[in-house]
Amino acid sequence: MNADLQKADPRGVLTGVHFMDGDHACCEGALAAGSRFAAGYPITPSTEVVERFAQRVPTVGGTFIQMEDELAASITLQGAVWGGAKAFTVTSGPGFSLMMEHIGYAAMTETPCVFVDVQRGGPSTGLPTLPAQADMMQAKWGSHGDYEIIALCPNSPQECFDLTITAFNLAEEYRVPVMFMMDECVGHMTEKVVIPPADQIDVMPRKHTRKSVEDYLPYGTNGDQVPEMAHAGEGYNFHVTGLTHDERGYPNMTPPVQDKLVRRLQSKIRDAADRIAMFEEEQIEGADVVVVSYGITSRVAQRAIEAARKKGLRVGKLRLITAWPFPEKKIRELAANVKAFVVPELNLGQMVREVERAAAGQAKTFAVSHAGGGVHNPEDILKVIVEASR
Amino acid sequence: MTDCLNTDLLKNEIPDPGVNPVEQFLRSDRIPHIWCPGCGIGTTVNSFARALIESKIDLGSLALVSGIGCTGRVAGYVKLDSFHTTHGRAIPFATGLKLANPKLNVVVYSGDGDLSAIGGNHLIHAARRNIDLKVICVNNLIYAMTGGQTAPTTPDHSTTSTNPYGVFEPSFNLPHLVEAAGAVYVARWTTFHVRQLSRSISEAFKKKGFSFIEVISPCPTLYQRRNKLGDGLDAMKYYKEKSKVRNGAPTSEVGMTMTGEIIVGKFVDRERPDYLTLMKSQYTESLGERFVEQPEMVCS
Repeated sequence: MNADLQKADPRGVLTGVHFMDGDHACCEGALAAGSRFAAGYPITPSTEVVERFAQRVPTVGGTFIQMEDELAASITLQGAVWGGAKAFTVTSGPGFSLMMEHIGYAAMTETPCVFVDVQRGGPSTGLPTLPAQADMMQAKWGSHGDYEIIALCPNSPQECFDLTITAFNLAEEYRVPVMFMMDECVGHMTEKVVIPPADQIDVMPRKHTRKSVEDYLPYGTNGDQVPEMAHAGEGYNFHVTGLTHDERGYPNMTPPVQDKLVRRLQSKIRDAADRIAMFEEEQIEGADVVVVSYGITSRVAQRAIEAARKKGLRVGKLRLITAWPFPEKKIRELAANVKAFVVPELNLGQMVREVERAAAGQAKTFAVSHAGGGVHNPEDILKVIVEASR
Repeated sequence: MTDCLNTDLLKNEIPDPGVNPVEQFLRSDRIPHIWCPGCGIGTTVNSFARALIESKIDLGSLALVSGIGCTGRVAGYVKLDSFHTTHGRAIPFATGLKLANPKLNVVVYSGDGDLSAIGGNHLIHAARRNIDLKVICVNNLIYAMTGGQTAPTTPDHSTTSTNPYGVFEPSFNLPHLVEAAGAVYVARWTTFHVRQLSRSISEAFKKKGFSFIEVISPCPTLYQRRNKLGDGLDAMKYYKEKSKVRNGAPTSEVGMTMTGEIIVGKFVDRERPDYLTLMKSQYTESLGERFVEQPEMVCS
């Protein structure tokens, strides 16, 4: 984060101590971050986010529109961004699948926005009311072509509030779609949520150009890789396209322009990976085994970690808050000093592949898979920790 | 911005032959365009530009949104805030733009396949909501950019690359569809009717709500040729001879055939409160003083 940060607009901030579920906390985070526009389509277990937004936003000055499908919702919000709003949409697996094309459009046009995915069991209609974490790779790779996004994984209603603000801030800072990867458990879990006063909440404003109409290049970058934006109706007469484009925003479908554009879309995020990386560590020093987890699974794993420590095993914890860009530097450093990583997740092995790739053979990697529909039995994680410690 | 417009077109005077009167609306650094000889899309852009002059629209508050396809490329050639979006999604993108900044005049400029096939759901829902958008649908009766495949608008018995033995599925009558869905202004012209088209676009700018103007336009390369209908000039002769102006015609009677009569005119011109008006009155009624109107959304 940088010096451009401003304080939140108090009109959107519900300061106080609340007993609130993760979905509602996510909505409050969006309002605190300055979002005044959401487009949505109902889907379990995510709908509560926009239901609350629909109730709240007319009282703080903004718009919610329920669209005819997720294809519409995921592009309506981008129209709103170019109209000057901070905007988001909320969905779950089947709807997330429908939104993929527009995640690519947001990445290509560098439209800052937030996609919230409250993950449920899949594939297809799967388990509408039950948790999973099986959209993690889809969040990164779901749209066609090469691009980068940022993905965050909250593990509590408090984090659903805090990190939704972070998601909006990162979207603005890097002009990138940010995936907010909740899961059904975190979305429907009710806990204490503390919403601070507005003057304690940092908000990243739009990276709006200060250049004159004559000097403005919509996709020109002054070395920092993130171009400055203008909004429709300000006289800049700019062009935005999902086609490969040059710095003027004009279509230019040649290999050199493609190379320059797509590499920048990737490097603006990858080069900042260390700054974007957020994780929580515990007893990493001297650990033989490090349990890598995220979202609801990090809370289940905590119990297994504590049980393993009672058995005398040296177990560290690494909780991923940023899933993408994957914090591979951190894993690589740990891999030099530990025997093994244990990676429980509510899927049949997704982020574990990244851990294994980053460890690059320096340490073993053990998956603890779960097809979704519930959370792990901590005993199952404990067994793998014991095995990995040998 | 309006001050600098070349308004010679209004006077019916022969403009200076060295000056393209609509060049002021175009990104001349992007010309030549990609459209084929005889294509009607450029003609519709001329009529659109003429309407901008006639209706004295503030170009600074005008945004144009296109989808994908031959007509989708219009966004790239006009000197406006312009958005070339994804296939079929120009209308929902335009919806977001309009709702976030209601001061904008938002035009959707796209083709029949984009708006009525892949984007058909958005077309009817935007008409139902009566979002204040001006939709210009250039209907060349075919998917042209991809090589002449059947569209929902392709007339019965035409031959296309995906119906090589003739189209047998019934086609959409777009004015009827959007009228039924709730549009407040519905007109159809051909690219022969350049002045009437301009006038309709100007009228649509005066309406608040969902306006839909269909322009029947030739595709000599893929539709005419494959159906032995001649070139662009032959299409003009056909439009001239077989078009019949019937303002106020029941839209149920204006369906298209391959070589038959083309009913053109203004079919629907009615009043219905638009989405934002309804939203505001609903919130005012339900929330009273708790309702906070959306301020200008400039988050910088």
